[in-house]
Amino acid sequence: MKFSFTEKKDTRSGFGDGLLEAGKQDERIVALCADLTGSLKMGAFQNEFPERFYQTGIAEANMMGLAAGMTIGGKIPFTGTFANFSTGRVYDQIRQSIAYSGKNVKICASHAGLTLGEDGATHQILEDVGMMKMLPHMTVINPCDYNQTKAATLAIAKHEGPVYLRFGRPKWPVFTPEDQTFEIGKAIKMIEGSDVTIFATGHMVWYAIEAEAKLEEMGINAEVINIHTIKPIDREAIIESVKKTGCAVTAEEHQINGGLGESVASVLSRELPAPLEIIGVNDSFGESGKPEELLAKYGLSPEAIVEAAQKVIKRK
Amino acid sequence: MEQQVDIEKLQNLASQVRRDVLRMVHAVQSGHPGGSLGCTDYFVAMYFEIMDYKVPFKPDGINEDLFFLSNGHISPVWYSTLAHAGFFDVSELSTFRKIDSRLQGHPATEEGLPGIRVASGSLGQGLSVAAGAAQAKKLNDDNHTVYVLMGDGELQEGQVWEAAMYASHHKIDNLVATIDYNGQQIDGPTKDVMDLADLKAKWESFGWTVVESNGNDMDSIVKAMKHAHSLTRKGRPVVNLMSTEMGFPIDFMVGTHKWHGVAPNDEQLEQALGQLEETLGDY
Ligand SMILES: Cc1ncc(C[n+]2csc(CCOP(=O)(O)OP(=O)(O)O)c2C)c(N)n1
Ligand SMILES: [Mg+2]
Repeated sequence: MKFSFTEKKDTRSGFGDGLLEAGKQDERIVALCADLTGSLKMGAFQNEFPERFYQTGIAEANMMGLAAGMTIGGKIPFTGTFANFSTGRVYDQIRQSIAYSGKNVKICASHAGLTLGEDGATHQILEDVGMMKMLPHMTVINPCDYNQTKAATLAIAKHEGPVYLRFGRPKWPVFTPEDQTFEIGKAIKMIEGSDVTIFATGHMVWYAIEAEAKLEEMGINAEVINIHTIKPIDREAIIESVKKTGCAVTAEEHQINGGLGESVASVLSRELPAPLEIIGVNDSFGESGKPEELLAKYGLSPEAIVEAAQKVIKRK
Repeated sequence: MEQQVDIEKLQNLASQVRRDVLRMVHAVQSGHPGGSLGCTDYFVAMYFEIMDYKVPFKPDGINEDLFFLSNGHISPVWYSTLAHAGFFDVSELSTFRKIDSRLQGHPATEEGLPGIRVASGSLGQGLSVAAGAAQAKKLNDDNHTVYVLMGDGELQEGQVWEAAMYASHHKIDNLVATIDYNGQQIDGPTKDVMDLADLKAKWESFGWTVVESNGNDMDSIVKAMKHAHSLTRKGRPVVNLMSTEMGFPIDFMVGTHKWHGVAPNDEQLEQALGQLEETLGDY
């Protein structure tokens, strides 16, 4: 394994810690939360800056409108709720009052994907990236671990424009550096390789790293690229890598419809047609269960990435 | 002459349902015991005294009373009640929140669990669904009643008030909503998080007939729901503001929002079960 970890931490804590630090750096930052302060790890910000923290109650649509309004007074609002209630629940409020109106709101969304586990499909949104990336002006980010989520939170605070920041609930390996600077829109080459490129986002980056080690044992030399920013997608990084490897696999904790895989396919089909396999949830809802059990059942595992890599290489 | 209600029988059932709830959330160390325990008397009253429904389950719900759970997170109490009412075997309660189960974390239709007609869990949607189902009953000349339960924190969602306005405007008078008025939600007491203020006045001003009850007293809740039913078919929708205690009657759970969505550990389970008689046998 080219990467190792000493601890597991939830990416939502990366957000909470990043938000506190961002709040110290810039007093224009305000935070809004819809009755999920603990789940979103926003308590530290609330304690430090009670006058800049707004509890909205269970009213997400109102929260999005409030955030849009606060930007007009020069504030930089960070909204916090589960990914489901950050997107589908409030899509038109985001579309009209935030995206179309060009408002500098940071939509911060926890418990995305299957890995929220036992709460089940009502809460396991797998369509949020698709909804958000379709909106003009919207930036869409899905960091891979605690450190990267913290860095991303600090980066979006400095970025002008609406952002969707997606993160999750489970404790997950921490394998990226603590002191990284996060460049929005810039993919990170994690492992250099020549036979196949694995493009992964969010929690799946760790699985891509595990898959690379298994592929190496089989004599396959895989390149692993962390696409933390799904929009704007780093087309140069995609093309440069696939020019070398000639084929690719994508992996994400999201529906295949509307996800990272389709964004990569769109770049490749127009600029560099090459065989591509897409790992994601295949047009179904999730269910209750333990995070890793669910990922395996829905075909999101290191083994599935390995199989897809073997298959896509044969298609070259 | 009205038949005598066997309150003791209902109380015994409630004790067993509460044991089931605690054992279910304990087994998977996840789920929502607080609201489930607070609403147990209501569920038992509804399924064993108030509602006229069919077993085996028929999804179309024609010629029977309907129940919708809008605050879907309290699924354990509904599942246990449904099992004891014969919708499925009580042994299936052991699959709650596990992979490949019909007993999803929040109620769902996808896996086909008998008793459930619409998914819930994302708050604020159930009153709209119930109002629609009540109107379908009217179109079908079906003289049954539609019941829906909502959380009090849930009332902070704007959609609830869109549905409330609609139901009175359209004189949906075969609809009885109940509010789990426990004064608690995830981040704290509702009065601190987002004050509901004078709820009674709010519902009245939206054109609803308001009934009040103590949801942790079997006699009170049975009487209130019978009274609520007697107020249907009079041109207005009816709402029961049902006062409850989250976590009732477990001594270390009541009086706080802390048990909204936290499972008891082994020791806490033992302690809690010690306060509830095993009346019908644990699953
Ligand atoms: C639309 C939506 N927003 C947020 C949540 C997360 N959530 C689940 S339960 C809950 C609190 C509900 O409060 P209340 O209705 O009073 O239920 P109680 O805590 O009393 O059981 C919240 C915020 C949700 N399920 N749906
Ligand atoms: Mg409540």
